Amino acid sequence: MQTPDLIKQNEPNHVIEVNNMVKKFGDFVANDKLSFFVRQGEIFGFLGANGAGKTTAMKILCGLSAPTSGEINVAGFDVYRQTDLIKKNIGYMSQKFSLYEDLTIRENFRFYGGIYGLKNAEIKERIAYLLNRLGLMHAADKVLKEIPLGWKQKLAFSVAIMHRPKIVFLDEPTGGVDPVTRRQFWELIYEAANDGLTVFVTTHYMDEAEYCERVSIMVDGRIEALDTPARLREKYQAASMNEVFLKLARIKKSES
Amino acid sequence: MRTIRFILQKEFIQIFRDKSMIPIIFVIPVVQLLILSFTATFEIKNTRLIIWDQSRTIDSRSLISKFDRSPFFSLEAYVETYEQGIEWLKKGKADQLLILDPSFATDLQMGEKGKVMLVTDAINGSAASLMNAYAMSILTDYNKQLLVAKYPLAKTAEPVELRSSHWYNPELDYKTYMVPGILVLLVTIIGMFLSGMNIVKEKELGTIEQINVTPIKKYQFMIGKLLPFWIIALFELAIGLVVARLVFGIPILGSVPLLFGVASVYLLVILGFGLLISTLTDTMQQAMFISWFFMVIFILLSGLFTPVESMPQWAQQLNLINPIAYFIRINRMIMLKGSAFGDFANTFYALVLYATSILTLAVWRYRKVS
Repeated sequence: MQTPDLIKQNEPNHVIEVNNMVKKFGDFVANDKLSFFVRQGEIFGFLGANGAGKTTAMKILCGLSAPTSGEINVAGFDVYRQTDLIKKNIGYMSQKFSLYEDLTIRENFRFYGGIYGLKNAEIKERIAYLLNRLGLMHAADKVLKEIPLGWKQKLAFSVAIMHRPKIVFLDEPTGGVDPVTRRQFWELIYEAANDGLTVFVTTHYMDEAEYCERVSIMVDGRIEALDTPARLREKYQAASMNEVFLKLARIKKSES
Repeated sequence: MRTIRFILQKEFIQIFRDKSMIPIIFVIPVVQLLILSFTATFEIKNTRLIIWDQSRTIDSRSLISKFDRSPFFSLEAYVETYEQGIEWLKKGKADQLLILDPSFATDLQMGEKGKVMLVTDAINGSAASLMNAYAMSILTDYNKQLLVAKYPLAKTAEPVELRSSHWYNPELDYKTYMVPGILVLLVTIIGMFLSGMNIVKEKELGTIEQINVTPIKKYQFMIGKLLPFWIIALFELAIGLVVARLVFGIPILGSVPLLFGVASVYLLVILGFGLLISTLTDTMQQAMFISWFFMVIFILLSGLFTPVESMPQWAQQLNLINPIAYFIRINRMIMLKGSAFGDFANTFYALVLYATSILTLAVWRYRKVS
């Protein structure tokens, strides 16, 4: 049973299109013929266990890693030839916190704003807007070292969307964060998606999968399921995404 | 240009916010210059001399007193037996043992050769030959004195007289020789370590990934990373020259702008080296070890501590790829001889070629995409 979603391709509102993407490290196949697309303004969940190949796939989409083969189009640009154009149009928040701990919040924003080519006035205006939204205006001149992890994650997200990208890639953005902060983080994601931003998020918290409009589940380098959370629960007769995930993992195990 | 400005701004904030950086950049080099310049000496002063005087005559005493008056020797003790003397050498309490034959004075008076023996601790070969040379010159002097005393009619004991004149370093002061070389070391350390470490640090912290995902160009990133340390190292050179002038009284005979011109090209080589190492390593530890490996070899080959001319042929040829050797040579020429550009043009072009190739290699090796 294939949903119509899985066949429709080359639609104008698809901001990511991937066909038969393969990534090999020597003999090891990290991504085995992945095919999927992501719609404009969608929150797309990219799920899988640790080591399933999520981060690898995401790095290819961001232009951080070269694919072995496959057709890949991100924000309307080809991943082989137009990486610089892709990079202008995407934001990325890595698994490992990667803002500068020895710079203040404002200095971090200014640096990335500058690198993305924003004008000075734009940088100022967006720092004010983003910090006000987080309620962190008072801490703008604090060095990041002195700031709790929960805030840092929200800051990293804000920096990633500062240059108003079309798509933002979030690699396990809520790792190691308490449930309340996680909730707040997802509110930020919703807000950004309401403004038309496409969100591509990897996670292994299955409760977070429920917040996504569509999710794909990767097991051992392949996409084993891709649909809305509701339809996946129905298909696998599960009460939660957690159960869907466990069932998929079990099927995979009995096959091998 | 604007992008580079933002990187520079960030780098300078980070460098000067790091409390340990200020001493690393400003205090350590000055201390190194002071300590190294005073300690890395070729001179042997105060050779510890012991004497077994079996003659005990006016003649033997007059020879001994010549040693005693020399600034190069300090008379430690008289020994009574040969074994006792060797014991002193063995324990490292003396460097040289002077033995005067029992018939020393009578031989001289009979017109025979007075016999003197010199035993030197030669563990450090070059120090030993220096000590020997000093002792020889005292003996030669003594010989002349005897000849003139014996044949008062001969105006001089030597028919041919040699007058030597030491150019560029008339006092034969080792500091004059060492300081320009040590200045080179200082800027090299700053250039090679700080620049390389800086990029590897971003790798280690993971912040480089966030940079790699931006549309920043390779050359922008590299210029932004290198320029701060290029400026700091040149600044460092200026401090070093001031210290050389004020503390060691070493004048700069050549043109200062020329010296800085050469230094700026030289620093491109060194920064390129640091950069290349940083693209080949993943942790600061690896980068540190590799940098040290090259540093130590380059320094030893460079002729800073030992003359290049006395190294085996293959080692001299290795200096073709040793940037430190090039710059030490030029720096000594400009500072001590007042050489003009034309005097070392070829060495300079070699540095330019070196800088171009190593930077090309480093930029090529740096990968935004894995």
